[in-house]
Amino acid sequence: MRHLLSTRDLSYDAALTILDTADQMAEVGHRSVKKLPALRGRTVVNLFFEDSTRTRISFETAAKRLSADVINFSAKGSSVSKGESLKDTAQTLAAMSADAVVIRHSASGSPQQLAESDWIDAAVVNAGDGTHEHPTQALLDAMTLRQHRARTEGRESTRGLDLEGMHVVIVGDVLHSRVARSDLWLFTTLGARVTFVAPPTLLPVGIAGWPCEVLYSLDQALEPAPDAVMMLRVQRERMHAAFFPTAHEYAREWGLTPERVAALDAAGASTAIMHPGPMNRGLEISSAAADSPRSTVLDQVRNGVSVRMSVLYLLLSGDDLDAPSTPASPGALIP
Amino acid sequence: MTSYLIQGARLLGEQTADILVDEGLIRRVGTDLAAPDGARVVDAAGLVALPGLVDIHTHLREPGREDAETVETGTRAAALGGYTAVFAMANSDPVADTAGVVEQVHELGRSAGWVDVRPVGAVTVGLRGERLSEIKAMADSRAGVRMFSDDGMCVHDPVLMRRALEYVKGFDGVVAQHAQEPRLTEGAQMNEGTVSAELGLTGWPAVAEEAVIARDVLLAEHVGSRVHICHLSTRGSVDIVRWAKQRGIDVTAEATPHHLLLTDERVRSFDPVYKVNPPLRTDEDVRALREAVADGTIDVIGTDHAPHPAEDKECEWSCAANGMTGLETALSVVQHTLVDTGLLTWRDVARITSATPARIGRLGTQGRPLAEGEPANIVLWDPAATTVVDPARHASKGRNSPYRGMELPGAVRATFFRGHPTVLDGALNTPSPDA
Amino acid sequence: MIDDTSAAGPSTGPSPARVILSAADIDRALTRIAHEILEANRGSSDLVLLGIPRRGYPLAQRIAAKIAATDPAFEAAASLGQLDVTMFRDDLRKNPARAPQPTRIPVQGIDGRTVVLVDDVLCSGRTVRAALDALVDVGRPRVVRLAVLVDRGHRELPIRADHVGKNLPTSSQERVRVRLTETDPDPRPAEHADCVVIETPAPAARA
Repeated sequence: MRHLLSTRDLSYDAALTILDTADQMAEVGHRSVKKLPALRGRTVVNLFFEDSTRTRISFETAAKRLSADVINFSAKGSSVSKGESLKDTAQTLAAMSADAVVIRHSASGSPQQLAESDWIDAAVVNAGDGTHEHPTQALLDAMTLRQHRARTEGRESTRGLDLEGMHVVIVGDVLHSRVARSDLWLFTTLGARVTFVAPPTLLPVGIAGWPCEVLYSLDQALEPAPDAVMMLRVQRERMHAAFFPTAHEYAREWGLTPERVAALDAAGASTAIMHPGPMNRGLEISSAAADSPRSTVLDQVRNGVSVRMSVLYLLLSGDDLDAPSTPASPGALIP
Repeated sequence: MTSYLIQGARLLGEQTADILVDEGLIRRVGTDLAAPDGARVVDAAGLVALPGLVDIHTHLREPGREDAETVETGTRAAALGGYTAVFAMANSDPVADTAGVVEQVHELGRSAGWVDVRPVGAVTVGLRGERLSEIKAMADSRAGVRMFSDDGMCVHDPVLMRRALEYVKGFDGVVAQHAQEPRLTEGAQMNEGTVSAELGLTGWPAVAEEAVIARDVLLAEHVGSRVHICHLSTRGSVDIVRWAKQRGIDVTAEATPHHLLLTDERVRSFDPVYKVNPPLRTDEDVRALREAVADGTIDVIGTDHAPHPAEDKECEWSCAANGMTGLETALSVVQHTLVDTGLLTWRDVARITSATPARIGRLGTQGRPLAEGEPANIVLWDPAATTVVDPARHASKGRNSPYRGMELPGAVRATFFRGHPTVLDGALNTPSPDA
Repeated sequence: MIDDTSAAGPSTGPSPARVILSAADIDRALTRIAHEILEANRGSSDLVLLGIPRRGYPLAQRIAAKIAATDPAFEAAASLGQLDVTMFRDDLRKNPARAPQPTRIPVQGIDGRTVVLVDDVLCSGRTVRAALDALVDVGRPRVVRLAVLVDRGHRELPIRADHVGKNLPTSSQERVRVRLTETDPDPRPAEHADCVVIETPAPAARA
């Protein structure tokens, strides 16, 4: 494994290795010494072209628990805004001997460009690029889902467990969501069935080829009591571009309202409520839903650190192998 | 001026003949011609002779972006690609929207001497789509502009487009439309479809092109003007133009080599070399474009040669510049996609790359038959050669060729511009002393 | 353990393999180790056996069972665990990344107790070095001892085993493989259901 750029090219085996490793990383969080020496002397750069305190802190915690040195690089003036170019930034980091670059960028594809360029020889982790992918978010979601599965099925361990047979409903702004894309590829690779629910304006043209069911009605999607419902963050600005008429109408039709939570309770469903955060309470998710016992929002945050530890560890181990590496296909994660 | 005896070329890929070139003209065409005293013999055995190519759609970047291309470098590239004339688009800086700018470009081309440079005038001042530029002044200038375009921008105001179509009738001009509905393409990064959905790049719907073409052919019909549609890229656009032609509307249409070969699958690499306007489309669109060239719906090949300096392409996809170079690879792509596939003969190629573009641009000395008494604008093409594209070896300043590393068929062996070999033995020779 | 077993990878063609210890030999060796541990610890009180994955853990299980059979006061469940050392290794960059195994420590912890680390093969000593580091983050034992099934020499660190099943002088070209029913289910004759073999790789496989 050289880079983590997307979940679309992540194999079943690689995904399970990441999740199984993340489980062991989670264990460390319960010890009094919450630190492992695995990445001692290695340098991890958090290169954030887009503000995201949550994701940055999660990666920073992960890298520090593995004893890596962490450099936070907020490159606000990217070439998007006519500042320093991605190339110059990358070469600067290369000169600082970064071993891994965690990159968040508003431009789709930037992590892949960084990984495939000869600007820098570091492992690249996509921490969210434009409306393309957010693979570590999908991995922490999958980790949360299999914990949910283990709980409902009374399993002791999640090791080696996939999502076979699970049904996940993902609701909201699929068009602009990198989380929706990464979730779809990973969940289906791991055997889950995915249903997208959104107003038709917030679904991409070309979704027909995706391995998912598409519904316009949230009530219809919740009817079969899915294993989990993931509420995507909706940006209020979207209504100015006529994606939906008002926030009120959106909340009524596609929000997880107290009534919809009550309906799940009445049906005896074991549906978990997930949200990648930060939440817009009252828009896509009601407080009743966010604070219900079904909510896995804080589990997701916890799992985020474990998954990111796992990814950093797996990327930076074995990077000094004498054996010639297999040529990577674009965007592929080579285990 | 040296005379040349071209021996054993296949005229338009058909019968073998010798061509005697002297004083800028084709003096004789026949078999077993004797070389006059002092004439240089050019062995053209196995080569296809075509009339010098005419590019109806080139960006030479000068004035204003000499870091990307100059008239000198761009026309060298043209000569190496087999061209003897190019129409230089108006989106320079300053924009070619006055007689002064078009005369400057025209003069730069004349003094370079590699090809005829025919400036295209801007339809609207500064390409801003607000008011007409001084079109008649450009037409009457020494540049003799006949084609007008806001290429890069769409003349999207229907009233302005109507007026422009009407106005150019007065001197047999033509408006070349870059069909792109601006509101439907705000922030657009690539063709809207399966690939854009996966990559999370803002989609550029086919309808944004097709809607404008539909409107403009109907406008042209209504006011009785001719209209030229730049770089068709979708199946729907082809259908609309085909319908318009059946209806008798005076419309001509152009396709670029890259839209005949490449699809939006290329964008999966996120390599901005594939970022272009209009965007690369789907397999289905590529097939439709090729068929449209074959059945005459698409009249001409225009390269849309759009050189950019490295820094405008070595960046994030969303902030990279649109455009690809094309002059030095166009005929190879035409052979690969249209001739080797059996869709066109070399005679057809002469029509779509030379005769028709010259006629659309009202350039009387170009695109002529290979016959005695005609201007000696000739390209000698070796269809059996293959070339691995290496942009670093191109004469253009632009290195943004989407064909980097691809093996393409054919090679230019010689280009004669007004009787003078600008390219000889496959290499740049000297500019025409006559220009 | 990684020193010897993991580097082998998929077997590359036929290589001469000699069985050094049979199932019966291994069982006798473990019985002896169990007795030695009891003797050294003067009984089973405060004894914790921690197996190093993968093959150290089943060996620790077997030793625990033998101790329990001898000393009924010994509660195997409360005194047996697994200690993964992957993240503490000094050669992470030189080996393909692998998922760590779970670490399971008995609920009473290890503070003040006698910890016996159990592994299959002792070679360079680097695994044991990593295990000692891993142990520090879990707690502070009173004494740490080391039990291995095979000691093949080639030490690179000042580490020695307290309890050894068999000392096996080997050339560094040879590989020592331990096969146990729990971890290596590939079919073998019954007398070799558990076994230790020495393989001499064919020269081509080393290229």
